[in-house]
Amino acid sequence: MSAAEFKAKTFDWFDERLGLRIARDMLDHKVVPLHPGTAWYYFGGITLFLFGVQMFTGLLLLLYYRPTVAEAFDSVRFIMTRVEFGWLIRSIHSWSANLLIFFAFVHMFSVMFTHSYRRPRELTWLSGIALLGLMMGFGFSGYLLPWNQISYFATKVGTDVAGTTPFIGPVLARFLRGGEDVGAATLTRFFAFHVMILPLITCGLVGLHILLVQKAGMSTPKNLPAQDLSHMKFFPNFFLRELMVWYGVLALLGSLAAIFPWELGEKADPFASAPAGIRPEWYFLAQFYTLKLIPSHVWIFEGELLALAGFGLLALVWVALPFWATIKPDGSGRARLATGVGIFLVCYLFTFTLLGYFK
Amino acid sequence: MRAPAILFLLCFLPGSAAAVDSCVTCHAAIDDSAKGPAALIKNDVHVAHGLSCADCHGGDRTSEDPELAMNKAKGFKGKPARAAIPKFCATCHSSPDYMRKYAPRQRVDQWDLYQTSVHGKRLAAGDAAVATCIDCHSVHDIRAVKDSAAPVHPLHVAETCSHCHSDAQKMAPYKIPTNQFEEYKTSVHWEALAKRGDLSAPSCASCHGNHGAKPPQVESVAAVCGSCHVLFEQLYEKSVHHAVFSGAGGGGGCMVCHSNHAVHYPSTAMLAGPKSVCSGCHDAGTAPAGAATQMAGWLDGLDTALKQSETVLSRAEKSGMEVSEAQVRLIDGRENLVKARLALHSMKPAEMQMPVDAGMAIAKATQRAGDFALREKDTRRIGLAVSVLLIGIAILAIRLLLRRMESNK
Repeated sequence: MSAAEFKAKTFDWFDERLGLRIARDMLDHKVVPLHPGTAWYYFGGITLFLFGVQMFTGLLLLLYYRPTVAEAFDSVRFIMTRVEFGWLIRSIHSWSANLLIFFAFVHMFSVMFTHSYRRPRELTWLSGIALLGLMMGFGFSGYLLPWNQISYFATKVGTDVAGTTPFIGPVLARFLRGGEDVGAATLTRFFAFHVMILPLITCGLVGLHILLVQKAGMSTPKNLPAQDLSHMKFFPNFFLRELMVWYGVLALLGSLAAIFPWELGEKADPFASAPAGIRPEWYFLAQFYTLKLIPSHVWIFEGELLALAGFGLLALVWVALPFWATIKPDGSGRARLATGVGIFLVCYLFTFTLLGYFK
Repeated sequence: MRAPAILFLLCFLPGSAAAVDSCVTCHAAIDDSAKGPAALIKNDVHVAHGLSCADCHGGDRTSEDPELAMNKAKGFKGKPARAAIPKFCATCHSSPDYMRKYAPRQRVDQWDLYQTSVHGKRLAAGDAAVATCIDCHSVHDIRAVKDSAAPVHPLHVAETCSHCHSDAQKMAPYKIPTNQFEEYKTSVHWEALAKRGDLSAPSCASCHGNHGAKPPQVESVAAVCGSCHVLFEQLYEKSVHHAVFSGAGGGGGCMVCHSNHAVHYPSTAMLAGPKSVCSGCHDAGTAPAGAATQMAGWLDGLDTALKQSETVLSRAEKSGMEVSEAQVRLIDGRENLVKARLALHSMKPAEMQMPVDAGMAIAKATQRAGDFALREKDTRRIGLAVSVLLIGIAILAIRLLLRRMESNK
């Protein structure tokens, strides 16, 4: 039997059991439209790649991490100082988490500004927004796991803010903390969220998101119908280009991890006073700074509650984007209003994040 | 004559009948030195406790008539003579029953102690120029010791003593030096107190006492220093120097090496070298001088080794390397240096050798950890460069593959 015959027979054997031919046919027929905004298509792939990096490095960290108040900090220090390449794995995990959220934001705004959320991609948008929320949940829960001074007090502040949510605040704060205050129960709970509950939901939702993208095909700008554009085969042409981008991101990750290893800080001491200049991760800074800036009372309303209501309203407007920012086939609709909201949000997040970081 | 007239008029002005304390009302209106107490009294701790002028000076504060208010029949005592001031204050401050009502934790033996002090004895002998209560505590604006504006607050005690003790004219009859405050301001104690705000650091009263103030005698200097430097005193008492320095003719215990008011940061220059303290008694080449040089060498060696480790670890930390374990170990090393400096006071090199050896072992281990971290940092950089190069090659290979694939079509 020749090599070609052996290859064909092996493929047939697996195809009979797994239906490989369907996947191959789908890959053969999948195309990517070529237009000035094609580069934006890479950002979804970068986010997916970084999620893979997170899963891989997270699993390696799990081999040594111990989720108890007494051992968490020391186990992370052990990873950083004693485990072969432990420093690299942990630093990549931390840097990759931040890059992932950054690229998820870029992906989301690129979809928004190119109005790719429009019919029939409403569910793709909703699943994407849910994924961004999950990524931030990963960030919030993972931040506490090294059990250092900064992460301990930042979690205290974060759960305090959650506790001010109208009606459900106290219940939500107690649910997150596993008690009245941040402690051993919080660490165990956050660990369970971070390594089990959130990954399970995320994997399912990533699958759905990709499935929806395949179902509706790649979106094109509203003034450039797909049938008028030339196309590139997804596999191998686009895939290889995406692979080059992934390699580039990997080089960036490696450089960040080697030149700026993620610091460990000091072990959390619940009885110590909160360190000066405490603040959350950068992707929560805009909200954090808004809460800091708002007066305690605005007219008859409590300032903090008003800010939370504002965040809630903005989130609702954003999530419901495909349903109110509709664009008709003739081009009429609320595209310009949606772009205006998008520009406002980008300006707000950018300015307040910078202010929160430097002030 | 003008003041009593104004006083009289003011006391009969309409509305003055409502005044609670006629002493303050009337004295505040006087335009001469008698106005002082009324202006000062608002800051007085006694007033804060509800006491008034009449509680010390007697008289009737409710009367608007000066003649009645300052009537001896109403117990008016007026201004006490300077020599009578301690006894005057002691009327209340030596009474446990009275003091319990206002400051139950305050001591009531100030008058007894004062009588044992140099100040008290001289006052009893008829020298009214010596310090009495008001010279340190002020008068009419007497503040609690814990009040940072009080002249007897720990931060101000030395300055308060210096008002008299740095005055050459005042001290001339007693034939005592006046440079103590200037010397004290060069000391480690002053630096701790005034610059670092450490209120537990000693000033005049810590060694000389306050109400029972007297200079410590030569044989008791070590005991005075030892009240804070306990372990140093214990070792010193076992040393050969104790018998020599602490005897009546010895020269003052700790003072022999460290001075009294001008206690400076100790250094190994006190042990070895031509200007060392030891060389004042021990000639070069003698066994004690040799031991001092050896101990100075150990201390300098350990200090240098620890500083080198600290520098290396700091560089590693700034490069983003995780060296916190070694930094914690370095604190143990510093503790050993402190122990070695302490052991020096036994004047037995063998006692000092143990902490020095332990400290050196830590210094070496932490230095190794720091060097390893710095080498590791370089290795990481090289690894990164190689990885980036390989990634670049992979990207280039994919680019070439794509070009070939797309040109074939």
